Amino acid sequence: MAQRGPAPSEPVTAGAPEVSLTIPVAPEMEIVATAQADALGEYMDMSRDKIDEVKLALVEACINAFEHAHTEDNQVHITFRVAGAGGEHLEIEVRDRGRGFDAEGVESPTPQKTFEERRRRGWGLHIIKSLMDEVEITSGDWGTRILMRKYK
Amino acid sequence: MSETCKVSVERRGDVAIFWTDGYINNQGGEEIAREAYSELEKGARALVMNLEKTRIVNSIGISILIEVLEKVMERKAVLAFCGLTPTIDKTFRIMGLAQYAAIYPSEDDALRAVAAPV
Repeated sequence: MAQRGPAPSEPVTAGAPEVSLTIPVAPEMEIVATAQADALGEYMDMSRDKIDEVKLALVEACINAFEHAHTEDNQVHITFRVAGAGGEHLEIEVRDRGRGFDAEGVESPTPQKTFEERRRRGWGLHIIKSLMDEVEITSGDWGTRILMRKYK
Repeated sequence: MSETCKVSVERRGDVAIFWTDGYINNQGGEEIAREAYSELEKGARALVMNLEKTRIVNSIGISILIEVLEKVMERKAVLAFCGLTPTIDKTFRIMGLAQYAAIYPSEDDALRAVAAPV
């Protein structure tokens, strides 16, 4: 789901274990963020394969912000929440204060375009949606928020 | 902190075996590409890439592996991957890499396959 509009409010998840992290827009900082996903996934008893999927989706969300957001503060803000009844899912919110984009207008990549037309980039959002159970993208003049969830 | 991928290569006849260790991003992908092009220049007929010590390959890293694959195909050589985590395997399939390069569960399987006459 993608929306262009005002900045969304924080999800209401009172009492849920939450970790917040701000990373600079710099090479390999996305890997710093994956360490938190790893730790929370293990805390939730999520399988190793699911944790790896979460980590790659998070890497792609961070890279997207690094490359395309042109942030004002040169930072990406990430919040991790163990949410749902009994901590059934991990929710990750990746926010930047960049210039936003029209998520609906992003052309879907295909292997055919990648190999025959040599358009090799532009896979980030598609990979995120393929690896996570739920993804909401909201973007506007205030920046972009990618909210993604993975169930145990 | 550096998570940059380390790449080691061994040549066995006309097969070059690559072992990666760590995160494959643009830098890791470029390191693999440099080594792969060098082996192709030296006449390698098959490249086997064992990724068992890599848990994340990002989309930029995969796009560089696709460039390597295209060079391999131009040379009428073969590229095979092995030791992929389920997430890397899934991502290779999403991006279409698996349509053009072979994926094997183990290095032995990959070596047996590339040794077989075409």
